[in-house]
This record gives sequence, structure tokens and C-alpha cells, in this order.
Amino acid sequence: MERYYQPEIECASREQILRWQNERLVKQVQHVWDSVPYYRKKMEEKGVTPADIKGVEDLHKLPFLTKDDLREAYPYGLLGKPLKDCVRIQSTSGTTGKRVVAFYTQHDIDLWEDCCARAIVAAGGTDEDVCHVSYGYGLFTGGPGLNGGSHKVGCLTLPMSSGNTDRQLQFMVDLGSTILCCTPSYAAYLAECIHERGIQSKIKLKAGIFGAEAWSEEMRQDIQSKLGIKAYDIYGLTETSGPGVAFECSAQTGMHINEDHFIAEIIDPNTGEVLPEGSKGELVFTSITKEAFPLLRYRTRDICVLTREKCPCGRTHVKMSKPMGRSDDMLIIKGVNVFPSQIETVLLEQGYPANYQIIVDRVNNSDTLEVQVEMTPENFSDSLAHITDMEKSLVGALKAMLGIYAKVKLVAPKTIARSEGKAVRVIDKRKI
Amino acid sequence: MGIHQISVFLENRAGQLAEITSILSDNKIDMRAISIAETSDYGVLRLIVSEPERTASILLSHGFILSMTPVVAVAVPDEPGGLARVLHILAEAEIDIEYMYAIIGRIAGRAYMIFRVNDEEKFRVTLATSGLATISKEELGIQ
Repeated sequence: MERYYQPEIECASREQILRWQNERLVKQVQHVWDSVPYYRKKMEEKGVTPADIKGVEDLHKLPFLTKDDLREAYPYGLLGKPLKDCVRIQSTSGTTGKRVVAFYTQHDIDLWEDCCARAIVAAGGTDEDVCHVSYGYGLFTGGPGLNGGSHKVGCLTLPMSSGNTDRQLQFMVDLGSTILCCTPSYAAYLAECIHERGIQSKIKLKAGIFGAEAWSEEMRQDIQSKLGIKAYDIYGLTETSGPGVAFECSAQTGMHINEDHFIAEIIDPNTGEVLPEGSKGELVFTSITKEAFPLLRYRTRDICVLTREKCPCGRTHVKMSKPMGRSDDMLIIKGVNVFPSQIETVLLEQGYPANYQIIVDRVNNSDTLEVQVEMTPENFSDSLAHITDMEKSLVGALKAMLGIYAKVKLVAPKTIARSEGKAVRVIDKRKI
Repeated sequence: MGIHQISVFLENRAGQLAEITSILSDNKIDMRAISIAETSDYGVLRLIVSEPERTASILLSHGFILSMTPVVAVAVPDEPGGLARVLHILAEAEIDIEYMYAIIGRIAGRAYMIFRVNDEEKFRVTLATSGLATISKEELGIQ
């Protein structure tokens, strides 16, 4: 039987959901108008005032927020509450310009953890479960979000964080983990390790909640059969709190968006026009309950489809498909957001030409990142040790910037194609 | 006069070496010695050629990245223990060898080695006081 964390919300009638959205949107627009001068100015430029927004049907009148706005307003420009009311930040990796720093009041954290708790219960979680959280803890939202949700459900929570596979497996066996939360690629890796070591019979997992990177239906089947579990997708972004903005139910046919907290729209990424239900386009979120970081009409750059078809699980909230791509050049590698411009910055700082190529692949279910860069006369030396040192220093600088390992490949000059127009900087070989 | 080796950056890719040797052949450049240092992804090709300056400008014009590196050629007695003797002398004098490789000898009974060391002056003096000869570029037929 399907279980819910907050059945009265998750299975509310469409009319009820709309009433919540209307009421909360009106309140939120007023809150933003009163406390976020940056957005107020954008509204004024568009000739909109809070009086124009009477409900969800008026949402389209509001201006969009983009990552550029976040950059311009960094760090405090979009803050909706005085700092004394904020209790936490979470952040993405990256340069100052590309890094997202989101703020939370205690209330924001409570609601975020509720969203994650809904995801855990939808995956079959109860207070009898041992929830093994192998998302990174720290600035990354994955660990803290699922950790908080797991507490709310009452699971015994294992705050494993990422890495140290030996220890992960030892705890999984010794403490009988039943729910695994991590990136799908790490789940696939753990599954392989479990098979290699022949410890399948000692693993008690029944479900997994895997997000922060794109994964295919084939990968789901693979993980499910190897681990003998049901694998559920979860979606979120730091800008809107973190994981739990949307989550999969037993139907496994898309993720229910927590519409009591977020209003979702699909727009044409080129014109900004709102598209009808069922259209493929860019996902836009309006946070209607967040206090500290209340983003209105934030463009996620994720391309997907929304559907309000009745779901057999009983939940009534709209479902989003897995993201099918991006409307910008951001790459998600091992769950980490990577912009080609970040790589370019490092290359220039290290004295390499801006002519480079980024090759992304997925080998044994794990993402790989290779940066090919041309050798220059200035950087060349007769000493192999010197070249190797330079390569190591570049690998280190990339790791510091991106937060993940990138293999560096030094190539001969003029081997990376120059193009007349937009250079082909990224070759993504992953079949997702 | 000192000998200049041409060091060329090589990407580990099929055909790179063939391309360079064809260019040398087309331009009637004679190779005296060749050596490659490599990692799994790239390498450095080290060449001793008949006409270093012309070779360098030709390779540069083909887009290769290179540098000219001063090296020392040494005549090593062509007999068992010949090289060992030379290396012991260098070790005692605390001269570090960055790399070395063999070069085809033109005189029977003599083997030539190319050395790249950290202190070339000390290297020459040490060799001389030990009765070992360095080889001039003329002897190697280098212009």
C-alpha cells in the first residue's frame, strides 16, 4: 500500500493545491517586493506591482530570475530576511561568479526537510529503516537535505557522506542499511563492488533515492537488478533549496513536484513564453514558501516536460520528466555543476591557450571529465618531469575550481579544431 | 663547440613520429641519434641531426613545438664495463644525469653516448681529468 509523509498535502485536490498556490504566491510577491530591492527593481522595470498578482494565472507577468541575476546580486542581493534570521547557507561549487549561495531560515530548513521526507516515504521509508546517506555533506545540498528528511521520517540515519567505499560497504553490512541515498553513478559503483566482493547476501537494501545527475532508464534497471532494490529519482537545485523539489513515487514515471512550495512552469527558452502542459521546454520555479531566498520565476535551464495526468500512487501534484537536457552550457558531471568557462579561467591562469576541448564520458557508470589543451612553446620543456609537474599543477587547479578530478591531456598545437563560429568546446559522449 | 639536441613535443597519437621523420627525409636531413621519453599521453622526441638550425626552422614551420637543448657527447670505451666506469666517475663527482642515450659510432671500438646533465661545465672538467673524451659536433658530422 502506498504510504505518504503528508497525505493531506500530497494527495490534496487540485483545487486545494491551487488555493494554496494562489494564496502563497500573493503573499510571497509582497514579501519579495518589500524585502528584496533587487527583484523589486526588476518588477518596476516591467511595470508590475504586487497588486497585479492576484494568483497563479498572473504569474507570467513577473520577470524571470536567471543565474546572471544570482551572480549580479551575489552574495546578499536576493536575501529576503535579515541575516540574523538566517541559520544556514548551502552552495554549489565554482567560481564566485558561477557559485550559487542560498540562505535558509530555520523555517526554510524545516520545509526543505519535509520535502526530502516525502521522497523517503515515497520510496518506502519508515522509522524502521536504516537510511544510508552517501551524498556529500557540507556546502553541497545532497547530504544535508536527505539527512534532514531521514530524521523527519525517523529512520536511523547514517551520515556517511561520499567516498571511502570500504567504509561505506562495512557500515552497509554491519548496520544493515535499507535505504541508500547517493548519486546514481555512485550507486552503480557500489553495486559493482558488492558483486566483486560477493557480499550480496549481506546487503539488506530495499530502496535507493538517487539524484543530482542525469541517469537513464537503462541505468535504473541495471542498479535495480544488481542491488535487488527499487531505485527512485529525486530532483532539486541549490537555488530552490536542494533535493526534494520533486521526487519519484512507486509508479516510477516522473517526479512529483512539491507544488505546495514550488510553482512550476515550462517556457520556451528562446522567447520566455509559457508553454501549455505537455510541451517540452525549460523548467521555471517560483518558491512560494521560502523566506530567506525567495526566488520568483527562476529559470533552471533544465529542459523537461510536465504532466498532470492522474498518478496511480494517489499523489495529485504535477509530475516532471527526467531532465532531457540544458538550455545553457552547464554540464553535470558526477553530480557537480561544471561550466566550460570555469575550465577556461583555470587554463588562462595557468598560461595555457583558451583553445581547449572538454570530453565527458561515462565509463563503468561513472562520469569522466577530460580536458584537452594544446602545448605551447612557452610551456614546453625538454624535461619530461617539468611537463608532468605542469600537468599536475593544472589538474590541481582544475580540482580546486570544479571540486572534481579532471584528466588533463596535453595535445600538439593546432590539433584542436578552430571553428569560424561558436567553438565546439564540449563533447559529451554519455548516453543518458 | 657544444652539441644542440632538438627536443620536440609529441602527442601520443598514431603517425606523429612518421610525420616528423618524413619531413626530415624530404629535406635531406640526416639523423645521428634519436630517443623518446614518454608518458602514456605525450612524449618528448630528442634528435641529434646533421643540420640542427635548419631542422628546427623546418619543424617549427610545420607547427611543431620544440626547444634546442645543449647536450654533451662522450666517447665511451666499447667494452664490457665501459659505461659503468663513466657513470661511477659522474656519481663520485655528484653530477646528476637528466637523461642519456646512445648514438651510432663511426669508429670501431668507440661507443658514443649523449648526456644531458645538471652541470655541463663540471661534467666536462670531470671527464677531462678522468681521461675521457667529449666529442665535438664536427666529429659527429653536425654542421
